[in-house]
This record gives sequence, structure tokens and C-alpha cells, in this order.
Amino acid sequence: MATWVVAALTLKEAARKKILWMALLAGLAFLTLFGVAEHYQTLSLRAVPLRPQILNTQFIVALYALNFLVLAMTVLTSVDTLSGEIASGTIHAVASKPIRRRQLLMGKWLGFVGMLTIFLALIVSGLVAVTYWMSGYQAHHVLRGSTLMWLEGVLLLTLTFLFGTSFSTLTNGVMALGLHGLAFLGGWIEQFGRLSDNEQVVNVGVLASIVMPSEALWRRAAFEIQSPVVNALGFSPFGAGATPSLVMVGYAVVYTVAALGLALRLFGKRDL
Amino acid sequence: MDGLTLEVRRGEVFGFLGPNGAGKSTSIKMLLGLVGASSGQAAVLGRPVGDVETRRKIGFLPEHFRFYDWLTAAELLDVHGRLYGIPRQRRRERVPALLALVGLEAHHRKRLRDFSKGMLQRIGLAQALLNDPQLIFLDEPTSGLDPIGRRLVRDIIKSQRERGATLFLNSHLLSEVEITCDRVAFLKQGQVLEIRDLRAVPDQMTTVFLRARKLATETVSGLARWASSIRADGDRITFNVPNTEVLPELLRYLLGRGVDVYEVTPQRISLEERFLKVIGEDGGL
Repeated sequence: MATWVVAALTLKEAARKKILWMALLAGLAFLTLFGVAEHYQTLSLRAVPLRPQILNTQFIVALYALNFLVLAMTVLTSVDTLSGEIASGTIHAVASKPIRRRQLLMGKWLGFVGMLTIFLALIVSGLVAVTYWMSGYQAHHVLRGSTLMWLEGVLLLTLTFLFGTSFSTLTNGVMALGLHGLAFLGGWIEQFGRLSDNEQVVNVGVLASIVMPSEALWRRAAFEIQSPVVNALGFSPFGAGATPSLVMVGYAVVYTVAALGLALRLFGKRDL
Repeated sequence: MDGLTLEVRRGEVFGFLGPNGAGKSTSIKMLLGLVGASSGQAAVLGRPVGDVETRRKIGFLPEHFRFYDWLTAAELLDVHGRLYGIPRQRRRERVPALLALVGLEAHHRKRLRDFSKGMLQRIGLAQALLNDPQLIFLDEPTSGLDPIGRRLVRDIIKSQRERGATLFLNSHLLSEVEITCDRVAFLKQGQVLEIRDLRAVPDQMTTVFLRARKLATETVSGLARWASSIRADGDRITFNVPNTEVLPELLRYLLGRGVDVYEVTPQRISLEERFLKVIGEDGGL
């Protein structure tokens, strides 16, 4: 019960502070821009043989930008929720109520996961609808791909919660985004390694994904949605020249659960 | 904290006094399970510290109360009521009643970001009373309050005590504590230096101030049967008695001699003097 009170309060905060609305407005502006571009692009693609592949790539490009928007929103909105409330003492009024620490943390986490889910569902649906409306193109495996994007968001969110139990807001933000940057770089290194057929370089990239599997989830999502023909081309800035395996996806799930477990443990023990 | 040993009786108003950094707020946080102790034991309402169910019976006003500033006063109380697990119907009754109690009924729709420091303190006090707690921790309850607000806190403490609640109070304002508390503990650098019963009749040598007319010199000399160090200055006399138990007999003696008595005041050592004596002028810094 107390968990849901906190979760509802977290969602209400996002709505009341206009965070969710502003993020959706940014998403809407993006979709409008994309829709207009897609409209003119479609007109010039009528007789091009690789039309579906080009439209697919455009869809992935848009998804790539949206994925970035989702991750930025996730980190920026959640980075202060624990450390900020601990530093200001706001948390004393809640943590002294008949609520367990784990309920408090889970409530906040669920609230942010809810916000992430609503945001992602709305903008991905919007993107699918705009693409279909403008070009008649129907992307495949969008649900599978967006679930992986959702997992990537949840992973990053969980890390900001984990760091938030022990570090200040600023340090937390630097650590979460820094780790994602590492994963991003690792993804590129892995793709270059595959391209040059250099096993050591590939291993460096994989190691980065083991340290932080967020980018691997995006690359798997891109692989799922990407047309097989485009995939066969191999190297792409938005996709999956080196496709992360399902084992890596499973690892990312375990990684997220472990980070959440550790966050609960640290938050349960720390002085408020 | 260092070897803190303390017992607070049910139904009393207990004051926790000490200079800045003495460990007053930390002690309250430990009793609420917000801060862990490296060693030792403590029980609150007969249950181990940190017990979640016990917190259902506890109210807490943190020092410098603050909460999400995007909530209105009524919403804040409703959220805290939900955290206590108070049913909706009961919350609908409690929230307006508490807003009225702390004088914020006219501001129930105002967001906390527009509240003054004193108003925040008042709403903080209201949330600490939502569940009709058996035990109430108030950490600097008069902080940021004007004289009217302080009077309100005093009245609330009194009414909660009459209701049967136990109150644990941290304060710097010794005059407030003197009026409201039954017992006080003096804390310095994490150690309790003295526990003092403010309601007990002093049984030690007490200086008494007397204002009276028609005092003959021999009548004043006759006071020596009970008193010492008698100093007369017109109609004002001060003298020492071994304890206040002798005062009724002393008064009967004066009235029997036709003296008109206007005032008899035992000069109790003030809490502030006691505080400075126990803690030291340096405040333990």
C-alpha cells in the first residue's frame, strides 16, 4: 500500500511539475519535424528500388534520436530523487512514517518506471503512426525493439537510484551518464572490431558492454527493427553491425535486477 | 552519541536540551530508525527501534520541516495520512480539523512553495498529529515561529499531554521548555549530563522573595525561626529557607502578626542558569 502511495506521488510530481508534459511536448515537436521530413522524402522515393530499406533506415534514425530523448529524460528526472531528498531532509517526513525503506525506494522506482513507460509508449506509437501516415511504411518488431529500449531506460534509471543512495545528485548524474558514454563508445569499438575483423578490439567493446550493457540493448533493439537487407550491410551508426546476443540481453536484465537489489540494500542501511 | 542512557515515561513531556551539535536531532533520528546506532539498545513504545508498525503510533516533526513544495497544504496532510494508512473517510475529517488547529484553514489550497517558514512549521506540526499518536517527537518545534505560533505550539503540547500522549521535545528555547516540560535531560557531546524533574518541589535551600506591609522589626527578626540570611529593604524582604515546606507555617506567623502579604515567591534557579551551569558557558564547542 505505502509503495503505491509513493509511486502515485512520484507520478503526480512529474505531472504537477510539468516534467512529463514538457517531455511529451519535446517528443511531439520531434514527431512533427520527422513527419514533415518523411512526407517530402517519400515524394522523392516513389520509384526507388530500395524504398522500404531507406524508409526502414529513416525509421531507425528517428528511433535512435527518440531513444536518446528517453534516456536523457530518465536520467535528468530521477537523478535528484533520492540524493536531493536526503540532502534537503525532505525524506525524514516520509521515512519516519510506517513505511519500510524498500517500500519507499520501490515506490519511487515504480513511479519513474511508470513515467518512462508512458513516455516511451506514446512517442514510439506516435513515430509508428507518423511514419505510416506519411509513407505507408509499417516497421516490423516494433514492440520487441521498444521493449529493449524500455529495458535500457529502466537500466539507466536503476543506476541513478543505485548511485543516488550513496552519492550527491551531481556525482550521480556524472556517473550514470559517464557509464552510458562508456557503453556507447564500447558499442562503436565493437563494431569497428567486427569491421576490421580484429578479435581484441571486439573484446574491448564487449568488455565495455559487460561493464555497462545499456548501449548493447539499443543495438539489439535496432537489430530487431532493422530490415534484414540493411542489417546485412553490416556497419551502421544507428544499428547493429555487431549484434549483441540474447545472452547479453539476459545479462542486462540480471544487471538491472542486481543494481536494484544493491540499491535497496544500501538505502536500507544508510543514515538519513 | 556516547553512552546515551535515557528513559522517558509514558504521558510525560520530556525536554532534550543541549548546545548545537550535542546530538539532540541524531538521538531522535536514532529512535525513529532513520539513523543507525553502532552499538546499544533502545525501545520505543515497548518495541525495538525502527519497528515499522510502531511508527503508526508515532508523530514526528523534523527540524526545519520541508516537503514537496508543489503540494497544497491539504494535499500534504492527505498524503501523510495515506502513508499512515488512515482510511479516506477519516482523512476527510482529520485534514480540515488539523488545518484549523494550526491556523492554516484559509490556506488549505495554497502550495507549500508560497508558505512562509512559520507556515511550513505549522503544517509540519499538523502532519505529526494526523494519526493521534501515542508518542510525538518534536525537533525544535518553535523554530521560525512568531510569538503567536509559539503559543500555539505550547497549547498543542498541553492538549496532547492531556490526551495522554508522550512528548519528546528538542529545543533551544529554554523558557519554552521550562513552561511545557515535566522533565529535561541536558546533553553535551552525545552524553547525558543531568536529568532534571521540573515539576518536583525543590527540596534544597531556596531563596524566597516577600513583599508585605505593616512589618514590624521584631516580626522580621522572628522569621529567623525558619529562615536565614534575612535582608529587608522597605516592604521587600528576601531570605533563605531550608526547603519550601516551611513556607505555610512562616506565612501563618506573618498573618497572625497582622502583616499584609502581597507576594511570596520562591526563587527557583532558572533553567537557563542550570543549563549554563551543567553545559558550561562554552556550550561544549
